[in-house]
Amino acid sequence: MTFGTATGDGERGAGFRVDGTWVGAPVTRKEDPRLLTGGARFVDDIHLPRMLHAAFVRSTVASGHVTSVDLSRVLEVPGVVAAFTAEDLDLGDITPRLDRPPEEYTETSMPILARDRVRFVGEPVAVVLAEDPYAAEDGIEAADVTYDVTPPVLSEEQALAPEANAVHEQAPGNVLLDVSMFASDGIDDVFAEAPCVVQVHTRTGRQNALPLETRGVVAGWDSRAEQLLVQTCTQVPHQVRTVLAGSLGMAESTVRVLVPDMGGGFGIKCVVGREEIAVAAASIRVRRPVKWIEDRKDALSASFLAREQRYDARAAFDETGRILGLDVDVLCDMGAYSCYPFTVGIEPLMASSEMPGVYRVPAYRVRGRAIATNKAPTAPYRGVSRPQHVMVMERLVERAARELGLDPLEVRRRNLITVFPYTGVNNVTYDPGSYLESLNLCERVIADEGWYETRRAAADQGRVLGIGYSCFNERTGYGSDAFAKRKMQAVPGFDISEIRMDTAGAVVVTTGTMSHGQSHETTMAQIVADKLGLPLDKVKIQQGDTDRVAYGWGSFASRSITIGGTAVALAAGNLGGKLLDLGAHLLETPRDNVELGDEGVRQRDDPARGLSYRDIADVAYLKSHLLPKETEPGLQASASFDGVGDGTFSNASHGVVVELHRDTGRVEILRYVCVEDCGVAINPQVVDGQARGGIAQGIAGALFEKVTYDENGEPSAASFLDYKVPTACEIPDVGMHHIETPCLFTDNGAKGAGEGGTIGAPAAVLNAVNDALRPTGVELNDTPITPQQVFDALTGALEVAP
Amino acid sequence: MTEPDKVLLTLKVNDAVHEVAVEARRTLADTLRHDLELTGTHVACEHGVCGACTVLVDGDPARSCLMFAAQAEGSEIRTVESLAGDDGSLSDLQTAFSANHGLQCGFCTPGFLMLAEGFLAERPDADREEIREVVSSNLCRCTGYQTIVDSIQDCAERRRNAKEASA
Ligand code: FES
Ligand code: FES
Repeated sequence: MTFGTATGDGERGAGFRVDGTWVGAPVTRKEDPRLLTGGARFVDDIHLPRMLHAAFVRSTVASGHVTSVDLSRVLEVPGVVAAFTAEDLDLGDITPRLDRPPEEYTETSMPILARDRVRFVGEPVAVVLAEDPYAAEDGIEAADVTYDVTPPVLSEEQALAPEANAVHEQAPGNVLLDVSMFASDGIDDVFAEAPCVVQVHTRTGRQNALPLETRGVVAGWDSRAEQLLVQTCTQVPHQVRTVLAGSLGMAESTVRVLVPDMGGGFGIKCVVGREEIAVAAASIRVRRPVKWIEDRKDALSASFLAREQRYDARAAFDETGRILGLDVDVLCDMGAYSCYPFTVGIEPLMASSEMPGVYRVPAYRVRGRAIATNKAPTAPYRGVSRPQHVMVMERLVERAARELGLDPLEVRRRNLITVFPYTGVNNVTYDPGSYLESLNLCERVIADEGWYETRRAAADQGRVLGIGYSCFNERTGYGSDAFAKRKMQAVPGFDISEIRMDTAGAVVVTTGTMSHGQSHETTMAQIVADKLGLPLDKVKIQQGDTDRVAYGWGSFASRSITIGGTAVALAAGNLGGKLLDLGAHLLETPRDNVELGDEGVRQRDDPARGLSYRDIADVAYLKSHLLPKETEPGLQASASFDGVGDGTFSNASHGVVVELHRDTGRVEILRYVCVEDCGVAINPQVVDGQARGGIAQGIAGALFEKVTYDENGEPSAASFLDYKVPTACEIPDVGMHHIETPCLFTDNGAKGAGEGGTIGAPAAVLNAVNDALRPTGVELNDTPITPQQVFDALTGALEVAP
Repeated sequence: MTEPDKVLLTLKVNDAVHEVAVEARRTLADTLRHDLELTGTHVACEHGVCGACTVLVDGDPARSCLMFAAQAEGSEIRTVESLAGDDGSLSDLQTAFSANHGLQCGFCTPGFLMLAEGFLAERPDADREEIREVVSSNLCRCTGYQTIVDSIQDCAERRRNAKEASA
């Protein structure tokens, strides 16, 4: 393990390799020129001949039976070409599956267009096609849909009430998943005998992942290719192909999913939506291409949401602050439908399996539930449950420290896992990380910057400052074994990469992962360039095309650089092997006397003797009669990679300084420090960017964003005026520091870096606010923290924690 | 079915004059993107909050989703497509965004570029806090804003240094 010695913001520590390889260098991105000049192609930039525009007639009620759908007036609207209901299109449902018994999981289906029932405001009921999007909007205004309204289920209390309406008939009690993954023997005795037991009851707000580009699709039959071409912004193109083909009753080979440039995703685009399927089906019916671009109102209210969870957690500690046991009940409000391929289990199962986190927890019991409500459905969102359960875990530690009169950082240190590999009570084996080291460095940075003195001095002036930390890990690089433990029926994990060298010695490499801002075209090219001794501009990464990429699981769970990055490295290595074989043959020297060098193969004993890749390619393609008899022409190779064991864990510690404003209750972040360890950073600038962007989203959840509904289930924050997205004035600069504990099984030692920022921020911010509130005795547990709560706490209007 | 009434407009965009027939209710953003095929200008909210659609109207940053195309008649419009050189070489501002990793998905980027282009022309001496204030008029979901502020500050400093050097 090597340590970063960064001294200032953004300065790289000694842990980064800067020895002339591409990996580790902060190279500027290959993606940038087209994105900076307006030359990129996002889905709404696509225009096809004869293309129509779709808009959806959406349910105006949260719960009810559809009694009639009359589209006759829609068809009279100028510009409208067609309109279809569920009955017209007759499509198969989306049914995500878990291999769990009925007492644990209730399978439900999401229709493409609502049939007899509607389950949330905004649910699509009919699709209208028109010559332009304005006319399509006019068209949906003219639709006449009547409902037999039933009382909506909008909260945990309403969902679990004995007389509750069932959101799905199959689940009369509205519980779609109820699993207790772990229950240590004798845990009740542990709690009964423990000298210190603390409790935390937490609720976290429903949030929107909110990629700046909303969802969208352009679909149309390509009669030359005899294929339905579906251009859509998705993180999981192959999964969209599978579900779309199934729903339309088509062979998968007759569907091609092509992903243009993507304006963010953060999880919301890693599930299969219903609109892209409806649009594809409609395009076939009218025999014209159809475009659908989600508007912001629908993106905020009728897309996929996340994060609405309730935790009842207790932890037992000994007098010295050592954790003895953890007992958690987590309930996740998953809204109206289960998402494909992850199911409603995504949040409760993640929380159940990962909750102990960076701490040694000897006894653990957890119950995880997913409930159905009449709200827009949920999907994975950056960090999935971890921003919440890390916050709960960190709150438990802070509570215990207060009860025991100990320093909360000291309580953390006494419990952090420091010996690796470590197999936890959750049956997960953690690979080496820098849990303690990152926390120590984080504290040192905050101290060295003088924030403890500042807090003291501020208090003397009557200002209210607080300092808070969070310490966490993040499992990245889940392989199929790790996902199989969740019992998903479609089990993600591996990635396949194919590489081809052309006649000029440049390569094209496929990846089954799908960048939506994470810079794969650059970082994966760095990996391949190093393997083959190529300049970056001779490596082209190809992704997001189901015809060109053999198969892929897309990008989510910070898997791209660990799994996908290793697959491209292995494929490049295999091609390197072929180049060496051929080079040795052509140089008429033994195989062990050649090596890959600068764009060519050279002789070890005489480096002046060598062949450029162009020379070798010339033989492989244009003079194949010179090849050895058993050698096939061409230069291509492939490889696959699957995560090993339980995957690899990135980790980080965050330190936050806040000031609470007495007059407004506003929480101002004065300083944010992140010490992260994602193993070897392929591109440190990209790693910093992922952390900073993630932290911004975590702060958004901690202080600002919440999806809300009125008592009828009508979304009450369906525009940016009500859904408060933080700007540059609310998001602080983040001081980045690095520690590098290489992953032992990925090709480059890289661990995932996509989600950590988001995971650590809510806990650190909440802890900082509670630290500031210490003189009042108030401890807050819920997010987002509102100015009103802070104001009330500061003015003594809030109850003091027991 | 009748075609909705269209109006004939003359728009001056990136120094070129275009004649377009559009519905009176068509926004400038849609006209630029879909009639003139200048798709670099993006739309992410259509109600004036996110700033992804920012273009320069007579040199000032404006939300093109809040303007009707008809309102832009007689004005000089500049979009992100005008920033790079004729040979495709990036402008100093674009280079600064790339060098400072001021973009990830890039969807917000044209809006921030045009915002900064207009702002720096007006306030070449802006300090970091002023830049942050201006950056806060647009939304980015990927970067956490810091590197966008860095990019604009970097560009401003380089312009000032270049000016000093030539003075
Ligand atoms: S699209 Fe114009 S401000 Fe958002
Ligand atoms: S770079 Fe993605 S929204 Fe700004």
